[in-house]
This record gives sequence, structure tokens and C-alpha cells, in this order.
Amino acid sequence: MPDLSINFAGIKSPNPFWLASAPPTNSGYQIMKAFDAGWGGAVWKTMGVPVVNVSSRYGGVNYRDKRLVGFNNIELISDRPLADNLREIEEVKKRFPNHAVIASLMVQSRQEWHDIVRQSQDAGADGFELNFGCPHGMCERGMGSAVGQEPKILQMIVEWVMEVATKPVIVKLTPNISDITEPALAARRGGADAISLINTIQSIVGVDIDHFAPYPVVDGKGSNGGYCGPAVKPIALNMVKNCAQHPDIQLPISGIGGIETWRDAVEHILLGASSVQVCTAAMHYGFGIIREMTSGLEQYMVDKGFHTIYDFVGKALPNVLPWEQLNMKYKVTANIHAEKCIGCQLCYTACEDGAHQAIKLNADTRVPEIIEENCVGCNLCSLVCPVEECITMDRTDSGTEHLTWKERVEAGTAPTEFNDERAGGRHHWVPEPSAALGKERHKTLPGKARIYAGETEAPAEA
Amino acid sequence: MAEFSTPTTEQEFAENFAQLKPLMNRTEALFESSRCLFCFDAPCIKACPSGIDIPQFIRQINSGNDTGAARTIYEANYFGNACGKVCPTEVLCEGACVYNLQEVKPIEIGRLQSYATTKVIASGKKLFGPGAANGKSVAVIGAGPAGISAACELRALGYEVDVFEAKAQPSGLTVYGVAPYKITNEETLAEMDYLQAQFGYHTHFNSPINSREELIELENKYDAIFLGIGLGKTNALGLPGEDKINCTGAVEFIAELRQQHHKIVVGRKVIVLGGGNTAMDAASESARLGAERVLLAYRRGKEEMGAYEFEYDLAKGVGVSGVFNVAPLEIVGDDYVAGVRFIRTETIDGRVSEIAGSEFVEPCDMVIKATGQAKQTQFLSLIPGLEVDGKGRIVANAHTGQTTNPKYFASGDAWNGGAEVVNAAAEAKLTARGIHAYLSK
Ligand SMILES: Cc1cc2nc3c(=O)[nH]c(=O)nc-3n(C[C@H](O)[C@H](O)[C@H](O)COP(=O)(O)OP(=O)(O)OC[C@H]3O[C@@H](n4cnc5c(N)ncnc54)[C@H](O)[C@@H]3O)c2cc1C
Ligand SMILES: Cc1cc2nc3c(=O)[nH]c(=O)nc-3n(C[C@H](O)[C@H](O)[C@H](O)COP(=O)(O)O)c2cc1C
Ligand code: SF4
Ligand code: SF4
Ligand code: SF4
Repeated sequence: MPDLSINFAGIKSPNPFWLASAPPTNSGYQIMKAFDAGWGGAVWKTMGVPVVNVSSRYGGVNYRDKRLVGFNNIELISDRPLADNLREIEEVKKRFPNHAVIASLMVQSRQEWHDIVRQSQDAGADGFELNFGCPHGMCERGMGSAVGQEPKILQMIVEWVMEVATKPVIVKLTPNISDITEPALAARRGGADAISLINTIQSIVGVDIDHFAPYPVVDGKGSNGGYCGPAVKPIALNMVKNCAQHPDIQLPISGIGGIETWRDAVEHILLGASSVQVCTAAMHYGFGIIREMTSGLEQYMVDKGFHTIYDFVGKALPNVLPWEQLNMKYKVTANIHAEKCIGCQLCYTACEDGAHQAIKLNADTRVPEIIEENCVGCNLCSLVCPVEECITMDRTDSGTEHLTWKERVEAGTAPTEFNDERAGGRHHWVPEPSAALGKERHKTLPGKARIYAGETEAPAEA
Repeated sequence: MAEFSTPTTEQEFAENFAQLKPLMNRTEALFESSRCLFCFDAPCIKACPSGIDIPQFIRQINSGNDTGAARTIYEANYFGNACGKVCPTEVLCEGACVYNLQEVKPIEIGRLQSYATTKVIASGKKLFGPGAANGKSVAVIGAGPAGISAACELRALGYEVDVFEAKAQPSGLTVYGVAPYKITNEETLAEMDYLQAQFGYHTHFNSPINSREELIELENKYDAIFLGIGLGKTNALGLPGEDKINCTGAVEFIAELRQQHHKIVVGRKVIVLGGGNTAMDAASESARLGAERVLLAYRRGKEEMGAYEFEYDLAKGVGVSGVFNVAPLEIVGDDYVAGVRFIRTETIDGRVSEIAGSEFVEPCDMVIKATGQAKQTQFLSLIPGLEVDGKGRIVANAHTGQTTNPKYFASGDAWNGGAEVVNAAAEAKLTARGIHAYLSK
């Protein structure tokens, strides 16, 4: 049985799955329930001077019939009095001494930071997470992402906290910045023990097209909110990777953003996270999702022969390179497995209209054909094909050559002029523009006319 | 043992004849439309006799543009709502859906089609209207799928249109012939009202055109005449005893069923003669009306039945049993039907021959003959110069629907010999264009 437990910058937890600071960690009731269900830790809903929220707080992005592929909110930090929160932290810690309870904090003055850190420590919190991420409401008041976007201020506040903190301090970063490593480095300079990322992304999740206001609508108006959920995972993964690869950061990372299954968690871990936090998925499906997450993670570790989480933290990092270091001699070519093909021809139209006109249709079959010499190996067709494993991208180079862009630049063989002979697409076949005319026009005609291009036609023989 | 008890109220009737393709709600339509792959050059479109741009209307439903979806459907087929419910989609669009090749349930195209069109019908939203008047007029004989579709298209082209219909209601066999579990009378007629409100053709019900005199009047008054007269009564079998009480033609039986619902009386033991779709319908319907035993008797083998497999399955599913290789010789009984005397048959090299000495009498108290509809040859003979082919079908130009009498045009069952609603609707739309081309010369 693999060991799922972690020691994250000194914070111990039976497994790497923590609830992120958000509505699911609003109260002792919820956190106890979550621990009972199997969660390893929880970052308490951010505490500070309690706020007053508006009604109508969340908006969602649906993709076709899939609900909440993206989620946003205009909620602020905890609206409960600090004393209530601290009393409940104490109660939870008594009942669950081996689980991680982390106090998320957001206040303004040095004095306030000192007071709230001390009081949380006294209540039994295992560590702190400084919320420098909230991209709406709080930042208008000079907190949250307003701090996260100013490395100097961020560093100063971390220093204030370190003056009194006796428990590990995590700095939660905002993604609303062009280079995530800057605030991460500031956190490091301030003496933080770890970082967590990402907080929500500033967003407008949609517009009510009948009432001309952004979602969520508050009395006919709206405000920008914070975006999260499955849709943000790719952004989060990239930022986790950036922090994990930076030689001067070297802090444990708690990965957050779009984690819903064990697979998402594994991806964060492979790119350098050593604990993961979840919000939207728990808000969508409840605490029960933890059972699938832990069982999936365990199975993955068994299958891979990993004994502890640390066996694979950052394991994918050596394979994430700058583009200029990728092998340009590597070549894959699309291959349609005709026996699996259902003839939807999505690959055809995708390559024809969206790629390199490397797929053709033949008479008497709906199975398209790859024109190998035109295929650049972009993957598009294999991505749109609705049948698993029907289009495979097969390696077609010799596998013996290796040449990177960097090497080409150094060797002086990279294109440098507008009409350079060495352009990648220079000798690649492209149809004449006028060959496009008339190819789709018949499709704009209704009914049978589309087939006979406006001609009246014979009804089929009975 | 009957699977259904005899319905005695409208509600019980509705339960026994529950819709095979019930209306979708928004959630179901969203889920189902989400599954559509939006195939390139989609095979479902090609399989639709009216060429509806199916992926387009499904995508419109998915993006919340139900009105646009209905427009896409109606642009290709004026019976869009009825077709969604009554088309044999298993062998048309849905049968061609690429998901079949993956052994995944095909997209429920028919139900999505009805979903969008029902919405727009209920809202009364105007999608189309008559074209600018061109001063010409056309008489349409028959208010079935062919006649009404021609009327709509002709109005769109600017013609004055008068529709003459023998019966009291429009839509032809859609309301008098199709099985009640496929579409309700209300649904059928709502679409008819919707079309008439948009296009404004004039309908004349209970107005059969029966005589040469009436035809001359039409010929004088109108620039062209469209024949959408469909087929006629059930073919006579020419067997002794055929005139006994409770021996009836399927088309007549079903027409009464569609109008009378539970008020019609079916026998306790019913024998349906025939192996086509109409036979399957009549057998299913008898069972749903509470008949204790329904026997489907066909003179050839099971595999040779003309009916779609799913129609036979549907009949079997409600307790109908099939007897094959039996040919009826006589309807026995006094005044009332008491049974059918059959002889067993065998098929050798495609020819059916009777097996001597194999006669037997199968008792029953009702016989439904589903042995095909007669052609309207008597009526057609009143039109000078109008030719019919060896099977009694009107001969007409394949591209324009023009008959051998240039003033007359034809579509639908009367032309194709008997197909589906969708064929009649699609053909008539093209023929209306043919009329336009002729009158614009
Ligand atoms: C029992 C049965 C079940 C069927 N089930 C289905 C089904 O499930 N799905 C499907 O798609 N199709 C089904 N069909 C076929 C479908 O109903 C027809 O193909 C379609 O209705 C043909 O349309 P039409 O306009 O050519 O003819 P019809 O629908 O027959 O309409 C002809 C109209 O013309 C009128 N008329 C005829 N002569 C005259 C005259 N001299 N003067 C004035 N009016 C006249 C008739 O009263 C009728 O209203 C079924 C047919 C039958 C018989
Ligand atoms: C393969 C690919 C190549 C792109 N190349 C460019 C580019 O050359 N120039 C540019 O301004 N944006 C480029 N974009 C970004 C797109 O124009 C667009 O801003 C982005 O994909 C977001 O739009 P979306 O809503 O379609 O995802 C590219 C996008 C993709 C997917
Ligand atoms: S996308 Fe896949 S299934 Fe569709 S035609 Fe192409 S290869 Fe076949
Ligand atoms: S990999 Fe790209 S270029 Fe090659 S066939 Fe597929 S879509 Fe076309
Ligand atoms: S074949 Fe099926 S999946 Fe493809 S467009 Fe038609 S309904 Fe959609």
C-alpha cells in the first residue's frame, strides 16, 4: 500500500488533498465533515475583518451539456466574526489532531497581521496561508491581488508575518500577473515557507444577453469576478511549473486550479506540487469526490511503483523545456485506422479548413485518407476524431537525428529574412486560393436544393 | 391474453396509444443535441428524403436558437413537425447516423426536429410568408402532405392557391392513416393551422373533385392544377365472404380509429391479412384497442415481408403473433365474420405456390385486409391526356412533376405509388418549383 501522507513545509497531512480556502471551508461543521469523508487538510475560509457579501455571487461557464467547466464568483473573504472561526478551529483540531488545518488570512496593517497570526496560532492552526490573490472586491481595498501584484509590498507583509509566526507560512499567489515567479521570489525573500497557486483569474464569466449585464447579475449590474474550475487547470499547471523550475524559488508548492480527479492532482504533482487544493469540484459535487481521488492516486502509485508522493513530485519537470530546445527532426504523421472510423469526416474538415489540407475524401467511402506528404503532424485531426485511438499520430522520422531551433540559430541555418528559402512552410504544398470557390456554397441552400445546387430534381423512384 | 385492456375513455386511449416519440423537454434536447458530432457532409442529411440540414438545426437547438432550428427544418420540409414524429427514422436519418457504426445509440434526430418545430408552432412565431402576388393562381386537389406542401411553396412564390379536399380536415393520411401512437390529431392539425396562418392559402374542405365538369371549371379558372390525391381505398381481395360484417380494409379501419379513438370497437380475435407496414400498424392498433388475440397472416415467409423490421418488432412487442406462408381462400361465417379459411404455401424460386390439401380454418371475429391501397385510376381517367403507368401511378416529368397533360402536375403517393409523408412533402416542394418554371416561361 503506498503512503499518501505528506509533510508539507512542516505541515503534516494524511494525504495531499486539501480543501482550498473557499465556501467549503467556511465552518467547522463543513471541515469536520470533509475530514470524516477522507480529506487530508483544509485551508480555512480567509479570515480578517468580516465582510458583507452581495446576493447573487456565482456564475458558470457551461460547454454544451456540461455544466461548470468554468466557474466564477464575486464573493469576498469570511463574513463570520473571527472569534467564531477561531473557536471552531480549536474544536476541529481537537477532534482531528493529525489532519492539517491551515488558517488563511487577509488583513491590512502590521498590527492586524500580528494579532490575527497570534490568535490563529493559539487556536491550534497548523500553518498559515496569506491570501494575496483575491482579484475582486478585496483588491479594490488594497488587499488580495493588489498585494500579490506588488512584489515589494508582498515581501514586506510576509516579513511582518514571519516576525510572529511559529507555524509554517504559505503565500498564496494570484495569477493576474504577467510573470508568476516575481511574487514567488518576493515570498521567498520575505522568508515564507511555501507557496500555493493559483488563486482565481480575473474574469467576466458571461453576459446576460437579454438584460445586457455580466454574470452574476446583482440588481441589473455586475462586476468582474474570479475564474476557476476545470477550465483554469492548464493555466495553473503552467504557473506551477514556472515556480517549480525557477532555481531561486525552491519552496514547496501547493498546487491549486481545476483539480477534480486524481488525474488532475497527479498532473499538478508531476509539475512540482507536493500538496493539492480543491475548491470548485467540492462545490460542484460535495466532499464525496475525495474517495475517487484517493483511490485513483493510490492505484496510480501502485501501477507506477511509487511508494510515497515524493517519488514523483516534479517528475515531469525535466521534460518541460523551452520551445527552442525541442527536437525539430522528430516527425509524426496522422494515421487513420479505417476499421475504427465511423465516417464523420470531422478530421477532413478540420485539416482542410483549420490545418494543412492533408486529408482527402474518396468516392464510395466515408473513410478519409491522409495525404502523407502534406501532413505536418499537428495532431489536430486526432484531437477532433470522436473515436478513441482511431487516428494515431505515428512516428515517421528515423529517430536518429536531433536538431533544435537553438542549434539552428547557433549554426546560422535558421530563417532570418521575410522570404527566406529556409522557411518551414516554404516547400509545403498549399492549394491555389481560387480552388476554394464553390466548395461549400451549395451547403447554404435548403433541402434537396443543396444537392442539386438549385436545380429542380426528380423525386426518388418509389 | 391481451396486453392492453379495452380503452373506454380518451385518457385510457392515450395510455394504450402512448407516443413512441414523446416531446423532449429543454434538458433532454440539450443533452441529445450536445451529442451530435456536426459531421462534415453528414450522412443523416443525405438519408433524409427532404434533405434537411440536420447538423445545422441540431447545433441551433444546442446554442438556444430553437426558432432558427425550426426555420432550417421548414425551409426543407413543410411537414417538419409531423415528419419528426412519423418518419421511419430508423431507416432514414437516424439509420445513417455515424454513431451506428460505433454501436452507440444514434442521435434522436426525429425527436429533436419535433422539439424545435413544436416550440415555434406553439409560439406562433412567423417564419415565412407569401411572396409578392404574381397574379397567377393554382388549384391544388388534395390537402395531404403533397397538396399542403405544394400550397405553401406556391404561396411563397406569389401564387393564389385554392386547396380542394374531399375530407373534413387537412394533412391527408397524416391524420387519417398514420398510427395514433406516432402522432396525435392535435399535433398534426396544429402544424396545419400554423402553415395556413403563415402562407394564407385557401382551403375548401368536404369538397371532392369528382367529375369532368368540376375539372373543366378548375382548368378554366386556374393557371395550373396540382394533383396531391394520394391513393384510394384498400384493394379488394376478390375472395368469397369478403362482404361479411367485420371484414374491413385497413385504411378504412385506421381512418375511423384516428377519428373515433376508443369509440371504435375491435374484435376479440382479429386476423390481419398482409405483410406491409400498414398491416403492422393495423395489428398493433387492434392489440392496443384490447383485442385478446391478434394474428398477422402473410402469404410468404417472414423475411419477405415488405414491412420494416422495427415495425414488425413493434407489433410483436404488443402481443401480435405472426403466421407465415398462409394464403386466405375464404372469409367464413354467416352474416358476421367467423374465421378465415387458409391454405399453406411455400415459396420456390421466388414463386408462391399453394400446398394441396393443407387447408384449415382459423376462427376469428374480425378480419382486417391490409393488402394495399388501390390507385385512383377512375378519377385520373377524367383528365384528358393524363397517362398512368402499368402500376396505376401518374406519369410525370422527373424534374418538374409535370404530367402528360401540361396543365397538371403531381407529387406524393399518387405519383410515387405510395411512400412516406416525407417523400410527398419533399416532392411537392420541388414540383411547386416546376409549376413556377412552367408558368414563368
Ligand atoms: C396506414 C398507413 C400508415 C402510414 N404510416 C406512415 C408513417 O408512419 N409514416 C409516414 O411517413 N408515412 C406513413 N404512411 C404513408 C403516408 O401517409 C403517405 O405517404 C402520405 O400521406 C402521402 O401523402 P399524399 O399527400 O401524397 O397523399 P394523402 O396523404 O393520401 O393525401 C391525399 C389527400 O387527397 C384527398 N383527395 C383524394 N382524392 C381527392 C379528390 N378527388 N378530391 C379532393 N380531395 C381528394 C384525400 O382525401 C387526402 O386528404 C402511412 C400510410 C398508411 C396508409
Ligand atoms: C494554433 C494556434 C495558433 C495561434 N496563432 C496565433 C497567431 O499567430 N497570432 C495571434 O494573434 N494569435 C494566435 N492564436 C490565438 C488566437 O487568435 C486566439 O486569440 C486564441 O486562440 C483565443 O481564442 P479562442 O476563443 O478561440 O480560444 C493562435 C491560436 C491557436 C490555437
Ligand atoms: S474523425 Fe475519425 S471517425 Fe471521423 S472520419 Fe476522421 S478518422 Fe473517421
Ligand atoms: S496531423 Fe494535422 S496536418 Fe496532419 S492530417 Fe492531421 S490535421 Fe492534417
Ligand atoms: S450523422 Fe449523427 S452525429 Fe453526424 S451530423 Fe448527423 S445526427 Fe449528427
